[in-house]
Amino acid sequence: MSMNNQGRPTSAGNAGNTSELATISGDRGLHHEERLIFEIGRAGMTGVDLPESQVTDARLGGMRRRGEIGLPGLSEPEVIRHYVRLSRMNYAIDAGLYPLGSCTMKHNPRLNEKMARLPGFGDLHPLAPRSTTQGALALISELMRWLTTLTGMPAVAMSPKAGAHGELCGLLAIRAAIEARGEKRPRILVPESAHGTNPATAALAGFTVDQVPAKPNGHVDAEALKVKLGPDVAGIMLTNPNTCGLFEPDIIAMAEAVHKAGGYFYCDGANFNAIAGRVRPGDLGIDAMHINLHKTFSTPHGGGGPGAGPVVLSERLAPFAPLPLLVADKDGFRLVEDRAELPAGAKPFGRMSAFHGQMGMFVRALAYMLSHGRDGVRQASEDAVLSANYILASLKDIMSAPFGDGPCMHEALFDDTFLEGTGVTTLDFAKAMIDEGYHPMTMYFPLVVHGAMLIEPTESESKESLDRFITVLRGLAEDAKAGRKARFDGAPHFAPRRRLDETAAARKPVLRWRRETMPEAAE
Amino acid sequence: MSELRFTDQHEWVRLDGDEATIGITRYAAESLGDVVFVELPAKGRTVGAGAQAAVVESVKAASEVYAPVGGEVTAANAALEAEPAKVNADPEGEGWFFKVKMSDKAAFGKLMDEAAYKEFVKGL
Repeated sequence: MSMNNQGRPTSAGNAGNTSELATISGDRGLHHEERLIFEIGRAGMTGVDLPESQVTDARLGGMRRRGEIGLPGLSEPEVIRHYVRLSRMNYAIDAGLYPLGSCTMKHNPRLNEKMARLPGFGDLHPLAPRSTTQGALALISELMRWLTTLTGMPAVAMSPKAGAHGELCGLLAIRAAIEARGEKRPRILVPESAHGTNPATAALAGFTVDQVPAKPNGHVDAEALKVKLGPDVAGIMLTNPNTCGLFEPDIIAMAEAVHKAGGYFYCDGANFNAIAGRVRPGDLGIDAMHINLHKTFSTPHGGGGPGAGPVVLSERLAPFAPLPLLVADKDGFRLVEDRAELPAGAKPFGRMSAFHGQMGMFVRALAYMLSHGRDGVRQASEDAVLSANYILASLKDIMSAPFGDGPCMHEALFDDTFLEGTGVTTLDFAKAMIDEGYHPMTMYFPLVVHGAMLIEPTESESKESLDRFITVLRGLAEDAKAGRKARFDGAPHFAPRRRLDETAAARKPVLRWRRETMPEAAE
Repeated sequence: MSELRFTDQHEWVRLDGDEATIGITRYAAESLGDVVFVELPAKGRTVGAGAQAAVVESVKAASEVYAPVGGEVTAANAALEAEPAKVNADPEGEGWFFKVKMSDKAAFGKLMDEAAYKEFVKGL
């Protein structure tokens, strides 16, 4: 019979270590080995035909050009290919599960994007006349209503542009409130499990930082906190749920103790996505909390932005909210920019940014809220917690979960106890995940756990997606324990670059490309 | 004859007369991983016992180094600024951080000796 009944082979076959095979082009399949735009460009090439220059003088004022400007010359298709190829080396939530703990890499609904591109919002200039921005101001006002309602707090400052910027806003409000009382309180208490931005913010706002230890169960030690309180303590910065993915059960008692000692309670709201719609921070005794719109309310982020970090404020801190203030009067909405026009009782500490905040993020966040509704926001929080617990329950027998006896909130924390004696480290394990097509989880954070691996799956993943991820992690853990080290040594093996030499990168950073003197790229 | 003592924050102190040489322990250097940056106190600065005196940064984390004993800084190991790798290669020798002229000898006596520190590390 001449019919081919064998079919086309579909298995990978015995390919061996494919990373050892070299290609003629240097490209590996669809992974193009793309050089810098300066290396592929050449003088004289251009994407447009410009008329011959009438200017022959190379001087600018009294200065003469001494060398080549060195801009790369490329045609339009070359430029497009360059950036498309670079974009294909990227990993994004649109490409796959992105379990980076604490970062809340959830799906960015396309409806948000559509709304943000409405010309009335997208083409708006921050200095446009008030009569033309009433719709935008109404949108900000509506978003403020959502944020204050969800948090149970009376006021919100919209201008901070990211989480850490929000922290700074909160601490400056606390400082202003303390100064208004005629007191000096130089100390801020920060738990050792805190995000690194917390102590940095406190220091930037002029406070000294005092660490509060964690208990063996991952919670903040409330008793140790109480011992540290005193008339010199301005307040505490606490994350809830904390960075171990645990809800702080003593939070109300801690808030009361801080208030009794005359201090303020700042909550790092980075993990609000675990409790939004279920718990109102105002009911916990919180005085200020930033809300990462780019995390909890799904606006796209990563690679440095854009973020938006509005700060909700308690009754006691509300008067100190920064300018501009959004007010409604008989002529509609307006932004109060000037101290001369302040409403009664307002004592703004200053301002956080030139304009009113990240308008594009506001539109997306409100679109998310309105399309989910209050019950939907609550369900998103519940599903995020469910996803994390599914991962915790499915992996804790083979990996090691330091606080795995009880449920977690929106992220599952593992340590490296299960890798003891295998010669495989948390770093090796994370790099091997890249070969499996996943962005690694957050590693070596929080610092209270050895070799930490913090996994935040978010509510965006289906059960099938979570199951696939769990299968991969179980397989990696089995390989590590069985001594099959090859896949971990020097991983990633299949990525565009192998393991980078982070030490050399930190000790001898190459921060600028130079035409002639480039050293070999670190592999 | 010099005496060697350790703190629970993983600094070591070697005392010669009233001059104390301070660095981080082998255990600390190994836990930190490759050290990439060291910030040292200026000569002449007075540091209090238990106060932050230096900063050590590795590929993993930045950590504060506390002065186990108080006094005036008499020398800082400038070689670490150019070659932070010395901290990993020889933490308790060439990788020393700074020296102080000790103001209070009693504080030194309260620190752990080598055996006690080894026991302490075992328990971590």
